[in-house]
Amino acid sequence: MARSCSCKDFNRAALLRRGAAVAGKGLPNIEPGMPVPAGTGLDRRTFLLASAGAALSVYGASMLSPRHFEEGIAEASASSGPNQPVLVSIFMEGGWDALSVLAPVKETRYKELRPTLGLEEGSGVTFTEDETLMWHPSASGLAELHEEGKVTAFPAIGYEPQDESHFTSRHYWEVGQLDTNARTGWMGRYLDLVGEPGNPLQGLSLDYSLAPALATETMPVAAVSSPADYTMSAEGLYEPVLGPALETFGALGALAAPSPAFAQARGASYDTDLVLNKMADFVESEKKSGDKSAVPYPKGEFAERLAVLAAMLHTGMPIKCASLNAVGSYDTHSDEVDTLAANLKETVTAVVAFQRDLEGRGLDQRVLIQLWSEFGRRPRENGSGTDHGAGGNAFLIGSRASGKMVGEFPGLTKLDENENVVKTSDFRGMYCSLLEQWFQTEAGLVIPEAASFERPVLIKS
Amino acid sequence: MKVALTTKKHERAKEHEHDKRHKDKRRRKKHHHPKTVHRAKPHGTLGLALPVAPTTPPAPSPAPVPAVGSPPITLAQGRRLLWRAGFGPTPGQAEGLVGQPLEQVVFSLTRPAGAATLTGPEPVNEKGEPLDPYDVWGDDHCWWLDRMVRSDQQLVERMTFIFHDWFANSNEQVNSQRMMLEQNELFRSMCFGGFHDLFLAVTTNPAMLVFLDGIYNEKGNTNENYGREMMELFSLGADRGAYTQDDVHEMGRALTGWRAEWTESTGLQNFHYDPSYHDDGVKTIFGQSGNWNYEDAVRLCIENPLHASFFVTKLWGYFIPSEPSEATLASLQSLYVSSDYSIRAIVEAILQHPDFYEGPELVTPPVVYNAGLLRSIDRPIDTTSWAWLSANAGQQLFYPPNVSGWDFSSWLDTSTTRARWEMASSVTEKTYPNPWADAEKGESVYSATEEPAAALASAMAYWGNPLLSSESTQYITLFSETCPVGTSKTEWELSPYRAMRQNALRMLIATSPDMQVS
Repeated sequence: MARSCSCKDFNRAALLRRGAAVAGKGLPNIEPGMPVPAGTGLDRRTFLLASAGAALSVYGASMLSPRHFEEGIAEASASSGPNQPVLVSIFMEGGWDALSVLAPVKETRYKELRPTLGLEEGSGVTFTEDETLMWHPSASGLAELHEEGKVTAFPAIGYEPQDESHFTSRHYWEVGQLDTNARTGWMGRYLDLVGEPGNPLQGLSLDYSLAPALATETMPVAAVSSPADYTMSAEGLYEPVLGPALETFGALGALAAPSPAFAQARGASYDTDLVLNKMADFVESEKKSGDKSAVPYPKGEFAERLAVLAAMLHTGMPIKCASLNAVGSYDTHSDEVDTLAANLKETVTAVVAFQRDLEGRGLDQRVLIQLWSEFGRRPRENGSGTDHGAGGNAFLIGSRASGKMVGEFPGLTKLDENENVVKTSDFRGMYCSLLEQWFQTEAGLVIPEAASFERPVLIKS
Repeated sequence: MKVALTTKKHERAKEHEHDKRHKDKRRRKKHHHPKTVHRAKPHGTLGLALPVAPTTPPAPSPAPVPAVGSPPITLAQGRRLLWRAGFGPTPGQAEGLVGQPLEQVVFSLTRPAGAATLTGPEPVNEKGEPLDPYDVWGDDHCWWLDRMVRSDQQLVERMTFIFHDWFANSNEQVNSQRMMLEQNELFRSMCFGGFHDLFLAVTTNPAMLVFLDGIYNEKGNTNENYGREMMELFSLGADRGAYTQDDVHEMGRALTGWRAEWTESTGLQNFHYDPSYHDDGVKTIFGQSGNWNYEDAVRLCIENPLHASFFVTKLWGYFIPSEPSEATLASLQSLYVSSDYSIRAIVEAILQHPDFYEGPELVTPPVVYNAGLLRSIDRPIDTTSWAWLSANAGQQLFYPPNVSGWDFSSWLDTSTTRARWEMASSVTEKTYPNPWADAEKGESVYSATEEPAAALASAMAYWGNPLLSSESTQYITLFSETCPVGTSKTEWELSPYRAMRQNALRMLIATSPDMQVS
């Protein structure tokens, strides 16, 4: 956890900056209204790099070249680049009601258990792989992609014994094992295996904070709510002082940390500075290229984030795993009918737009979308809602998704001891298959007891 | 579990603010620098593992809880105490504690006399108008932030803050700032009493009855929401063998009977217990059968053999990041039960425990960080921007992300760290030297001769001379020495660049990793 104290490096960095500052008498001006010194014809960044290079040569060939950072990112881009698989994990928070998303409308038992919440037969599209099931009308977009063979459905996914706590169950899914003490996420452990130490974007939460599934042991990862907003300025602080100040802000993150809390604080500063540079690059290049999605996205923050994710992938940003929260909460103990319909609609519409955007940009062969929730809900309704249950829904969406249902829908006549849907597939099996078939990685290095889980076919061969 | 807050409106507010205040600013020019590759030791995201009550706790022990005794308090101890049991020191406050007996200082926090005194100007919004905490978005947050900044009963506010997280309700679902603030007052008034009383009061508190569906839980239609969370999150803990799914259901039955009325004009009101909605049958909870009601539900949780270890460990975790030793846990449990579940007794023991002073740092929560910065420069609440700034940093009061509260082990990532930078900048907004001040207009022009060391000293003094590690100080000093401040050939730069350096130093100190922990 402790970072090495690289005082020597810092002194060198400070010397480089000092050299740049002295030479900086001739810097091109960047503030409006200031006198313009004799221009060099170089923009500031090129100038700094060039001057750093000159200074470095004094210190010998063993030093890393100033281009190394950019090369590092280029390397990262190559290993996360055009041919590399990307997983976009979308969490339906609260435990979505699988019996409404894929409703067993043809079962008599369904009508008995859901006298007020049950969906009417014919009100949605029939699920073609099991005609007793019907897509929720708000999920018609998924039905459409399913018809195209781009949706792999898990009609009753879970684990045993099912824990009905949101936090415990979600935690199990996040960490990829039934261990309340596990601290790294399943995607985080994958990134620890294949990630790069200089690339926090490899695991990216498009959110105000980091998703636990991306928590790593050694590799940096990032949370960015919006690339365009990811800037740092301060009162009365401009160039040429702001740049060095932000560099120092990042440098403080590279120092040794005496405790885990301190390490968290230092690591966050370091990565924030890195991400700041990357987001500035991205926003600038977007402006220059005038890149715009050919696909209309719905309004809303979730859709905006998916749209920007598509654009970031399009520019070759070295993202391996991304994570987002779906619209709304699915913890529908009460007022289920309206809440579920609205949130599901907004989520599905945005996901379908994202898939179409990926197809339009030619990215669809290397991006897979995962929709998941911590559990399904109780078959017997409580009046206006449903309580926590067991077997639930998950979907994998993408042009390379197998399109073949994994595990059957077990029906409602035989429920488990808590009167919940019995699971017919295990989320850890899904993870193992994703690691092996999508990421080409040995599942046993990421998922404990990987050998004990059946591997469903998730990817078109 | 409930939904995360809607952030769109904060963003809009933010953009507006940003346009207004920063329109003269330029985007930062990028600086790619070789330092970025010199990362010998990569790091992950795991900062802390907060203490969790063990599955099989030690038996309660009457042995006294280890305590540091009552030596004269040191400056470092005083700072830690003020940051963890309050909202950071006001200028000179930590220095003023030095030498006093530690026990006396702790008691001054845990045994406040009478009503709190709020020193300084009343809180107002950016137009100078009084806050409207019941009706205006964000004014609720700022109303409480004001108490954190101004109250002389710092630990009362900190305990209220802890119980807001412990019994985390979000106005996202409660949808009544009035109800949330009434709950807030409940926490404040009961925070040093008995936990049994507090738990019972929370169980029938309107905000809680809405948030965890208590008013929708009725005979024949058991809603398990509160029954589960009252055991898992409030009193016993998950996965410890304290209860089963059957207990959850039976607990739900015992809790039936609470109702409220809804009217178009007032929303939910008249929360009351109506026996006709109560399930009168026999329930079996933790193996005990009876016609239990909500009072029994709370009592059975409190009397559960795994409650005491859960309570003391959870409370411990808000103050100390490392696990209590077996002996300490045993003694704390015994103290808790023998003191009739006294919250104050446990807080006093924790605040005098050697681990509190000698153990590792804690990451300071966003709201505490915000209040602490304001206290250190003696700035009252004169804007309501703190609500969205704090939301972006990961914590808007009255809007915890879900019923398990905020995750105190992972406050800092690349998004929330940037938000803390923005927050710190806003804290300085009324007192920063303007680089482009115009002497002819009578504006104060910054020194054109200030030396690097003096600049750093001035920036440290601005924040009340906080404690920084020697490593961080070394880097910040280097920045002060090397940052461009103009030359004799470009005289026009000398003052503005020095003003900028001063502002940069203030930002670097406030946003340093050192200032995020205590």
